[in-house]
Amino acid sequence: MTDAPPDAALASPGPAPVEVRGLVKRYGDLTAVAGVDLTVHAGDVYGYLGPNGAGKTTSLRMMLGLIRPTEGTVRLFGRDPLQSVQALDEVAGFVEAPTFYPYLSGRRNLELLGSFDGGDARERIERSLETVELSDRAKDKVGGYSHGMRQRLGIAAALLRDPKLLLLDEPATGLDPAGMRDMRLLIRRLAEQGMTVMLSSHLLAEVEELCNRVAIVRSGKIVYEGAIAELKRSAGATYWLLTTNDERALAVCRAQPGIEDVRTAHGRIAFTADDAAVAELSQALIEARALIQMLTPQTVTLEDLFFSLTEGDGVINGGRPAGEPAAVEASR
Amino acid sequence: MSSGAGTLPAPAGARLRSRSRPGVATVYRWELFKLRFQKRTYLGLGAAAIVPILFVVAIHFRHHRGDNGNDFAFASYLTKSGLVVPLVLLLFGAVWMFPLITALVAGDIFASEDHNGTLKTVLTRSLERWQIFAGKALAALTYAIVAIFISGTVAVIAGCIESGFNSVQTLSGTIVSAPKGLELVYMSLLIYLIPIATVVCIGVLLSTITRNSAAAVVGTLMISLLFQLIGILPGLSATVPYLLSTQFNAWQGLLRQPIDWAPVVRAAWVCAMYGIPALVAAFLVFLRRDVAGG
Repeated sequence: MTDAPPDAALASPGPAPVEVRGLVKRYGDLTAVAGVDLTVHAGDVYGYLGPNGAGKTTSLRMMLGLIRPTEGTVRLFGRDPLQSVQALDEVAGFVEAPTFYPYLSGRRNLELLGSFDGGDARERIERSLETVELSDRAKDKVGGYSHGMRQRLGIAAALLRDPKLLLLDEPATGLDPAGMRDMRLLIRRLAEQGMTVMLSSHLLAEVEELCNRVAIVRSGKIVYEGAIAELKRSAGATYWLLTTNDERALAVCRAQPGIEDVRTAHGRIAFTADDAAVAELSQALIEARALIQMLTPQTVTLEDLFFSLTEGDGVINGGRPAGEPAAVEASR
Repeated sequence: MSSGAGTLPAPAGARLRSRSRPGVATVYRWELFKLRFQKRTYLGLGAAAIVPILFVVAIHFRHHRGDNGNDFAFASYLTKSGLVVPLVLLLFGAVWMFPLITALVAGDIFASEDHNGTLKTVLTRSLERWQIFAGKALAALTYAIVAIFISGTVAVIAGCIESGFNSVQTLSGTIVSAPKGLELVYMSLLIYLIPIATVVCIGVLLSTITRNSAAAVVGTLMISLLFQLIGILPGLSATVPYLLSTQFNAWQGLLRQPIDWAPVVRAAWVCAMYGIPALVAAFLVFLRRDVAGG
C-alpha cells in the first residue's frame, strides 16, 4: 500500500474527507490534544499513530462530533460535524471498542442502527453481516459475543452507512491473528473499492502494510504527517561499515559530503547517507586504502521511525538514528 | 471475514446519497422496542400490576376480620365499590410507589447508554442529538403512562371482583353511578399523569447529569420524598400548595360536585414550574456534553 500514492485522489474535486486545523482539547489543566493539523485525502488509507495517551482517540471523537474541541476546526467533506449530523452522512466508524445493546441480537442492533441511518441502510444488513461473517450468529444476543465478534459487528454497522470515509480506532485490537489478517484484508478491499480509511493503530507493521500516509502524534501534537515512503526517505538510510583501517575510514566518512551522523559503535562505523553518497564514499575509501570488508544498509521500519519520533527528540535526521539497536544485533 | 469482493455493499459510486432522514418517531419506536427487552421495564410494570392485587387481597382479609376502619380517605368505601380501589392506590402510590416505578425507566434511559457505551454508537448515525433526546424522553413518559394505566386498570378489575362494580360516593357526599365512577377513575388517572410527567423530567435530568442509572433512580425517588418531607415540616405549610407532592392529589378535585378544577389547574402550572426547567436543563446538558467514555 505504501507504494500506491493517492495522486489521483489528490486531484479529485471536492473537499478533503478529513481536514483538521488547530485542533485542541483541554480538560482543565490537562491538554489532551494540543493543536493537531491533518488532512486525509480521498482514497487515502491513513494511519493515525501515537503512544497511549497521545490524544488519538480524543482526536477521533472530535472528528466524529462526539467531543467539542476547545479550539480548532474539523471538516468532514467540508462540513462541520458539530454543526449538523449531516456532516457524518458519508462517514462511518467507531472509537475505542464498538458498542451495542447487549440485550438485543446482532441483527436487531444493526436494524436499529440502520433505522437511525435512514435511507436504504437496512437493506444492507444481510450483506454487511455476510461481509464480516456473522450471519450465523446474527440471532444471538450481543451480550454473548466475543470481543472479536463485536469488532466485526462494528465494521458491519459501519458498512450499513455505505460510507465514503471510514474512521476506525484500533480496529484490530483484541483480535486473534486470523481475525487481524481478515480485518486487514477487509480494510484493503474497502480501500480498493474507493473508500477512504483513517485508522489509528498500535500495530505498526500493519499500518506500514496498509497505509499510504500517516500522522504520528506525540503528547497531543502531530510530529509527522505525510507519506510513509517520504518519512523513510527523510530519515535517510543507516549504513554499517567495517574496513581494513577503520581509523582512516572514519576520517574519510567525516570528510565526505553527504555522509552524516558518523559515529562508531560496537567496532563498526555507522552513518546515514543516500545511495549516491554511499557510492562516492566507496570510491573515497578505496583511494584512502581503507578497503571495505562490510557495508550493510539497515532498513528503517515505520516502527523505528515511530519510536524515534515519539520517544526520541522527534528529529529523524540527527540524534539516535532509527534502527541502530537492530543493526548492532544483526552484525554480531 | 469474507474476502470475496461480491459480498461487499455497493461501491461508493452507487450509494444513495439523498438518504431519507430518520426522526424523533424512529428513536421513539426503537426506545419502546428496547424497553421490551429490559428487566426494569417488567419490574416496574409488574409492580404496577401486582400491588393493586395485593392491596385487594389485604382488603379482603381486613374485611373478613371485621375491620372496616375509616383511617384514611375513601377507606370506608373500599368494600362498597371496587372503583374506590384505584383511587386509594393513587393516594398511597404517590408516596413512593409511582415515583419509583416512573424513575426506574426515566432515571435509566440516558444513563444506561453511558453504562453500555452505546451513546457514541447512536450519536454517530444520522440523527441529531435533539431527536435522540426527544425520542428517549417520550419513551420514558410513555412507559410511565402505561404503568399508571396498568395499575389503574388492574385495580379497577381486582376491586370490582372483590367489592363489585357499584356506585361511588364523591368527596362532596353525592353518589355517582358506576359507569360515571369509572369515567372519574380514568380521568383521575389522567390528572395523575401531570405530576408523574414531572417525575419523568426529573428522572431524565438526573439520568443525563449523573450518567449513572442507580444514582438517577434513587435520586429521583429521593427528590420525590423530599417534597413530601417539606410538606410535613412545621412552619413550611405555606409552601404546601406549591410542592410536587401536593399535586399528586389534584385528581381529588374531580371527585367533588361540582368538579373543582382549581387543584388541577394549579397542578398543571406547578408541575410545569418543576418539570420544564428540569427537562430544558437535561436537554442542554445532553446537547452539549462530550461523549468521552465507553
